[in-house]
Amino acid sequence: MQSILYQIPCQVDHYNELLDANGLPHPHWQALIETLANEPASQMRHRVEAIQRQVRDNGVTYNVYADTNGLQRPWDLDALPFILPHEEWAHIAAAVAQRATLLNQVLLDIYGAQQTLSEGLLPSALVHGHAGFLRPCHGVQHEDNIALHLYAVDIARAPNGQWWVVSDRTQAPTGAGYALENRTIISSAFPDLFRDLNIQRLSGFFTSMRDSLSHWGRLCAQKQSVVHPEILSLSEGEQPLIVILTPGPYNETYHEQSYLAGYLGFPLVQGSDLTVRNGIVWLKTISGLKAVHVILRRLDDDFCDPLELNADSLLGVAGLAQATRQGHVVIANSLGSNILQSGALLGFLPKLCERFLGESLKMPSVATWWCGEPSALETVIANLHELVIKPAFPQINQHPIFGEDLTAEGRDALIEKLRENPQNYIAQEQVKISQAPAWSAHHKPNLNSLAIGLRVYACATPNGYAIMPGGLARIASGKDERVITMQRGGTSKDTWITSPTATYYSSLLRRTMSSRDLVRGNTYLSSRMVENLFWFGRYTIRNGHTTRLIRIAIQFLMEFSGEHRPIEWTTLRSVCMWYGLIPDADVDSDQDTSTIEPDDLSDEEIERQLIHAVFSSKDHSLQSSIQQFFQLAFNIRERLSGDNWRIINQMSQRFTHSKHMPTLTETLEHLNETSASLVTLSGFTLDGMTRDQGWRFMSLGRRIERLQFLCVLLQHALTMPPESNLDWLLELTDSIVTYRARYSAQPEWLPVLDLLLMDEHNPNAMIFQLKGMVKYLAEVSANYGGGAHEAVFIERLESLKALDPDLALYHGSSTLLIWLNDTYKKSIDISDQLNLRFFSYSGLPAMERY
Amino acid sequence: MRYHVLHETEYHYDSVVTLSQQMLHMTPRNSNAQYCEQYSLIISPTPTEHTQYFDYFKNYSDYIAVFTPHELLKVSSSFTVSLQRRPYWTELQNSLPWETVAQQLLHPSNVDLEVVGYLYSSPNVKSSQALMDFALLSFWQGRPLIEAALDLTQRIYQSFEFDPEATNVSTPLDEVLAGKRGVCQDFAHLMIGCLRSLGLASRYVSGYILTNPPEGKERLVGADASHAWVSVYCPTYGWIDFDPTNNCLVQSEHITVAWGRDFSDVSPMRGVVLGGGAQELTVRVTVTPVPLMAMT
Repeated sequence: MQSILYQIPCQVDHYNELLDANGLPHPHWQALIETLANEPASQMRHRVEAIQRQVRDNGVTYNVYADTNGLQRPWDLDALPFILPHEEWAHIAAAVAQRATLLNQVLLDIYGAQQTLSEGLLPSALVHGHAGFLRPCHGVQHEDNIALHLYAVDIARAPNGQWWVVSDRTQAPTGAGYALENRTIISSAFPDLFRDLNIQRLSGFFTSMRDSLSHWGRLCAQKQSVVHPEILSLSEGEQPLIVILTPGPYNETYHEQSYLAGYLGFPLVQGSDLTVRNGIVWLKTISGLKAVHVILRRLDDDFCDPLELNADSLLGVAGLAQATRQGHVVIANSLGSNILQSGALLGFLPKLCERFLGESLKMPSVATWWCGEPSALETVIANLHELVIKPAFPQINQHPIFGEDLTAEGRDALIEKLRENPQNYIAQEQVKISQAPAWSAHHKPNLNSLAIGLRVYACATPNGYAIMPGGLARIASGKDERVITMQRGGTSKDTWITSPTATYYSSLLRRTMSSRDLVRGNTYLSSRMVENLFWFGRYTIRNGHTTRLIRIAIQFLMEFSGEHRPIEWTTLRSVCMWYGLIPDADVDSDQDTSTIEPDDLSDEEIERQLIHAVFSSKDHSLQSSIQQFFQLAFNIRERLSGDNWRIINQMSQRFTHSKHMPTLTETLEHLNETSASLVTLSGFTLDGMTRDQGWRFMSLGRRIERLQFLCVLLQHALTMPPESNLDWLLELTDSIVTYRARYSAQPEWLPVLDLLLMDEHNPNAMIFQLKGMVKYLAEVSANYGGGAHEAVFIERLESLKALDPDLALYHGSSTLLIWLNDTYKKSIDISDQLNLRFFSYSGLPAMERY
Repeated sequence: MRYHVLHETEYHYDSVVTLSQQMLHMTPRNSNAQYCEQYSLIISPTPTEHTQYFDYFKNYSDYIAVFTPHELLKVSSSFTVSLQRRPYWTELQNSLPWETVAQQLLHPSNVDLEVVGYLYSSPNVKSSQALMDFALLSFWQGRPLIEAALDLTQRIYQSFEFDPEATNVSTPLDEVLAGKRGVCQDFAHLMIGCLRSLGLASRYVSGYILTNPPEGKERLVGADASHAWVSVYCPTYGWIDFDPTNNCLVQSEHITVAWGRDFSDVSPMRGVVLGGGAQELTVRVTVTPVPLMAMT
């Protein structure tokens, strides 16, 4: 054990989380250190690999807006947990709960009586001069006087062992979901240790959060039905509608938002999914408008309402501020809470705590000066070399400046800046924060010691604040160890709090439910979600077709040399061209003469085109189609299980990883893998997914896509040279196995067309698609009224059945060609109609249906 | 004085608007200086929702939502208002030195909390060194607040040219200061910025002003315009209004609709529409003097 401890580089002027003054591990670290010391080195390597794999497979990402190397960066997670003993944690938890209570009081006061200002406890500049003071939200009444529903605080440990607050997070605290994912991953990397140490579980915290929000949502629902009797009050056991409002997939923490949405069971919505009518917020679902009771927002408050707040916001909901003033919706956190997220406030908290809570502040803040006070400004300027200068308000975008780094000129320039707009800056003491053990997989020694900060989470409950036993620990792994931020490349750690008694294991999924709680059918399907599901269905099938098409083309190319290539090759090529996979010979005229026939292309050129069809990033390539599919899947993530998400994620990553130009064989392998993934996913949609309205739209998407493909394919095939072989047709439609089982002979037109068109038992046959479309469209009409979209396809079905095989099913049959052409057009129409009726967000016709 | 005001606003859209939500600041507020006798707001198409409430600054604010598809939205506000006499220049001679006022405002317990809200930068008015330098030429040491403010009003009037082409609603203050051109809104913002840079409380007043037709001509309907001016807080006399565009202390020709920190708080019409495409805005304002009511 000693040997691995000797490796650790230690800085004496920092508190050491692991070792005491004698160089021995603190008791709460002993079990972990022993585990590491007593196992073979390879064990830890396996762990790190498993962790990285899980992060990648779960798709845990953090979007960095400025990152040009690709939007999503995998989440960086250290293999070793950060451990704290429960005795110490009790102090931290009490201090965080006290601080949350205090900040809630201050927030209520700022948006209410403003005694803080009239009593001189806060300079008025910190309220009226703060761009985050949202005047339209002044005077809003909150259920149970809670305006700060969720709170997070960044704390760090000073050399003397004392924990200090570095900053408060009151807008829409991020990271609780990442903490939960970190826990899932790290606890499975050290299952024995996790059990033996009796680590406190996180799920209870999320249960409190959900129950409390439900409680307030319920109160809100009562108010709604008093004012608007046409809105039925919630029946006993009926859950209020709680949504998570996201800025959208490009937000840096979108992954976390969708993860939390899935975990908590709240719909993840964007501003355009909501609308305000008569002071009530409604979710636009395909079954009409549903009254929303609670909005858990991840959108900055000033972006929440373009009508009264930031007019430039495209992400908000017009009228939201008005709805909160009328008390018809609970917004967590309340609009305007960003005003507390100001370092300038820190210095005033001790007095405010005495005034509002009648007790002293339990955890001090890092010494902070707000330069807006003239005396503070002079102190700051005199001691600049040992201070860190930060913006006073979150609206000001500037990285911290360390006084010790400044040259004489830099120092003068900074002082000038401070004097010009002193109110915009704060100065903080530069704290030497504690160091915790971290594992580095690539460097020796593996066991490292890095500066650590901890984000602790609190949520309001009707009985005070509950604290998450754990949190998001972050270590500085960027270039500057003094700055810990995920934005600038930090690494996170799971935080373990030991437990005094046996922990009670609770998971949201295992909550005891009564029969009243049973919910059948997703009542809150947003129009946007349905649109994404529809296209998700279409793209699963489309990608399958594209994959098979290119695969067959490559097989032709590999099996036969140029002059021996069978005549159906030309048709196969034109199908590829129709789908834009390879350039159209007629259009592609590099040469002066446009007489170059596709047949004139060299094999090398064809090979290049086919490989390009797979890997190019241009429109229509398989790669771009898979990326679109990935984006759609991303948008419906909260409906996908972890396993499915892994398959989609792996499939999409296979495309991004290839660096050199792949060979034909490699391309073929790639296509085989993709095909296998797609088949697995299709199986999931058939087996694992709830048969709700969303599923119907997804299935419709699948059927329409397959129907269109059959139309295109058969129209090409029916006009190819009569002596062509038909194997490739069966292969493309995934029907070759069925055919061989029925007919031992070489494929011929009549049985092939019968199998692809009329055979009700062939899931790839035309009739199968039409029957499904009729069924789903009828269900949609039955549920949402009007339309009778199925009528057109009942007619198509009947006319298909009416075709006499002997008279219509032959090569070149014009009856059939006309029928295929009509059917294709009608499938395009239905797609447009669905779009107009269900996917456009206006939601207006649903108004009468409250 | 008594006036009738007609304020007509039309939005023409290129394509159909299916939903329009608007916040209006068109109903005039009452104060010691004015009393609104009758008010009507006619909107076409008729809004599905219409509520009136007080905003943060205690202005009347109308929220309307129009669900009827339309390509033309017409809002017509009309009212009759009687103005009370405001203090003359000769009655405002005893204001405190401006530094004393600025000092007092630093301690909100001494003053109405409402005043404090007008001390700091706001979306359209950012304090700056340049504005302070410009202001200090009027605000010399120990000069009484009202006297200095009137001097600033005159200097803005003299140094700046009225030019509707030079600026638009989003032209920043530095540009106005550098270009020395603009409209009433710019001059009001400029003066507010000057005053706030000195630590004085100042607010933006939106309303209308009576314009007199050229000699011998009829008053034309729609020839007037919305107007904006500045109010300065003086502990001795309360809020005193100055009009830098017309170089005057506000007396009895200015009709107040609303006030706030700057234009963004009191924009007559601000909203969100679904659909619509490109839009064209027409505004017509008519201010007519009417006889005082017969005393009964």
